[in-house]
Amino acid sequence: MYVVKILSKLKSLVHIVSFTSIITFSNFSFAEKLGWPEKEELTFGFIKLTDMAPIAIAYENGYFEEEGLYVTIEAQANWKVLLDGVIDGRLDGAHMLAGQPIAATIGYGTQADIITPFSMDLNGNAITVSNTIWEKMKVNVPKIADGRPLHPIKADALKPVVEEFKAKGKPFKMGMVFPVSTHNYELRYWLAAGGIHPGFYAPHKGDTSGKLQADALLSVTPPPQMPATLEAGTIYGYCVGEPWNQQAVFKGIGVPVVTDYEIWKNNPEKVFGITKAFAEKYPNTTIRLTRALIRAAKWLDENNNANRPAAVKILSQSNYVGADYDVIANSMTGTFEYEKGDKRSVPDFNVFFRHFATYPYYSDAIWYLTQMRRWGQISKDKSDEWYHETAKKVYRPDIYTKAALSLIKEGKMDVKDFPDFSTEDGYRSPQTHFIDDIIYDGSKPNEYINQFKIGLKQGDTI
Amino acid sequence: MNTLMDKITFNGTESTKLVVINLLKHVSQSIALPILGILVFLALWSTAANNIDTSLGKFPGPGAVAEQVVNLYQEHRAERIKAEKFYQRQEERNAKRLAQDPNYQPKIRPYTGKETFWDQIITSLITVMSGFLLAAIIAIPLGIAVGLSRSLNTAINPIIQIFKPVSPLAWLPLVTMVVSALYVSDDPMFAKSFVNSLITVTLCCLWPMVINTSIGVSSIDEDWVNVSKVLQLPALKHIQKIVLPASIPAIFTGMRLSLGIAWMVLIAAEMLAQNPGLGKFVWDEFQNGSSQSLSRIMTAVLVIGLIGFLLDRSMLSIQSLLSWNKQTDLR
Repeated sequence: MYVVKILSKLKSLVHIVSFTSIITFSNFSFAEKLGWPEKEELTFGFIKLTDMAPIAIAYENGYFEEEGLYVTIEAQANWKVLLDGVIDGRLDGAHMLAGQPIAATIGYGTQADIITPFSMDLNGNAITVSNTIWEKMKVNVPKIADGRPLHPIKADALKPVVEEFKAKGKPFKMGMVFPVSTHNYELRYWLAAGGIHPGFYAPHKGDTSGKLQADALLSVTPPPQMPATLEAGTIYGYCVGEPWNQQAVFKGIGVPVVTDYEIWKNNPEKVFGITKAFAEKYPNTTIRLTRALIRAAKWLDENNNANRPAAVKILSQSNYVGADYDVIANSMTGTFEYEKGDKRSVPDFNVFFRHFATYPYYSDAIWYLTQMRRWGQISKDKSDEWYHETAKKVYRPDIYTKAALSLIKEGKMDVKDFPDFSTEDGYRSPQTHFIDDIIYDGSKPNEYINQFKIGLKQGDTI
Repeated sequence: MNTLMDKITFNGTESTKLVVINLLKHVSQSIALPILGILVFLALWSTAANNIDTSLGKFPGPGAVAEQVVNLYQEHRAERIKAEKFYQRQEERNAKRLAQDPNYQPKIRPYTGKETFWDQIITSLITVMSGFLLAAIIAIPLGIAVGLSRSLNTAINPIIQIFKPVSPLAWLPLVTMVVSALYVSDDPMFAKSFVNSLITVTLCCLWPMVINTSIGVSSIDEDWVNVSKVLQLPALKHIQKIVLPASIPAIFTGMRLSLGIAWMVLIAAEMLAQNPGLGKFVWDEFQNGSSQSLSRIMTAVLVIGLIGFLLDRSMLSIQSLLSWNKQTDLR
């Protein structure tokens, strides 16, 4: 046992050393000037969610044009259409769920080599339940002095409701946006932390519905349709990005109970995905678009969110998110409205640049991989080594680093805006602040999944 | 001549009265009645709209739609100004780059901003007309052949009858997959989305034209066919001089039916496949779910109806222009 520990420590040390050498090497090789873009006309896809903001801002503030890129931005119907668009070349790049490039690379769903040089944001999601479910849940939630519910609300409060449904033989249905979406894993994390089983996947048996042994049945609904589906009574709750939780409050059809900030403080959200082939064929274009996105992200968080109202105005245009200004502003400007009137301050609800949000950390990719393994999407055991290698195939801090260094060199950015590239190994230090107080250390993925009460552990198969 | 003039002047007041009465009668029937109809409709619409509450606010009434028409026009103007600036910036950038990089081939790229409501209307119109023309090019010769030959008719009829009732939405996934598999080029002349919509429209409006043309052709007056036989007209001449003129009304009935179908199909296809056009506009607004969305969708609904009506009327006037029998009452 002891020997194994030492060995794994040695291994991670080797990792760090080899990685640092890559970084220093790329620093040197980047002495020459950044070349002209190989491809100038680009089409980017997005889903109507507030976290597509960096793309809209990079366009509207002219950052893309300053890189010599002429970008057309197109809303997509759902995540599947968007991913297929990037794979078949209809789209050059897109606002993606972090799980999408990872799943595509390991061949869960459509197989394709998709990479990401840029993380788009932290946090930004919430779980909403319908008014009737909230009425039943509310009695189980502890209150603070002024009578409002104590936050974070745990799924323990929902458990009796789910059991009531189960006793009556009625399925308890909830919506999420895609099988490999952050929302799926966050909703599962929250439910499981409260003792509600969200169901397993068993792709090796041809079962990709994710409902095996489930107490709550999760199904896919595109983000903009969530409120309408909830209103129609097809689902009792959902996990989705903004503005679709605030929309439920405005429409008076549901109550957001918990934000993902409370489930896992500063969790990585969307990424910007391109194909590996694109990055290889158009290296300058790739660096330039990354530069534009980094600048947009910085603008979004600059001077303590001072630009957010202007950003909200842009996002409320019908060709971007298109929801009402007030709805978008509710979450983008540092507050979040739970029950109607219960508006609380969540300054980090949407983080675009602070806390090095845009740097593509390997440990972020590994967290998604651990959740895929936990819920059976990865049906067989994988070694820690496999987790590290897969993350390195998908997350490309090397491209990010080149973009960032050139921005620093041109004086458009400051060294302090970025992690220290000479020492950064791509792994965040062990992260606390999960709703169930389990600590996540990206360097030990198998050890991490073994800690969960509900979910597959090392050696388990369905 | 003179006496006639006298008579008219003599009877002047009488006849003027008659003319005025007739005119009034005519005006009241052809103008006043439709206006009355529209007014009643507007009244019913606004009362109904006031009483329907949705989660996105009240159902849009005529006032809300009028407001959106103004909004959409202003957005269109604003977008045009942005486009002008875009081109200006592009030229400056090109010039700057040319100074640093003399090998650069400057190129003016089309505006990358959003499509306005007006742009969407134009896109939809172009798509529907191309799909419809393509269908006509296939359907009319096919219809004539089927109409002329009884055996061909018997052979093809079951196929036509099966495909005729198929909804465009069923075709669309197949069309999309086939187009993306077969239509591969680095710099395509037409966008894939345009080809998808076009083919879907063509597939759906082919059948009424084939059927009507063939019926028209097969029911030509026997006497005329006999005349052609007596004159020993060659086959092409026979079609040109006898068949085509005789079946023009039937062909046009088919074309009008098809164009109506084409327009409906296109909007549905655009909504489903997110292809640019009015259908996408409606779907995008539905997805946006803003407080203005419903009134914008209602505006689009009215515009779609109005364009459908105008398309039908223009088909009708072409038909009456080409038709030899001016007596038939066209409606």
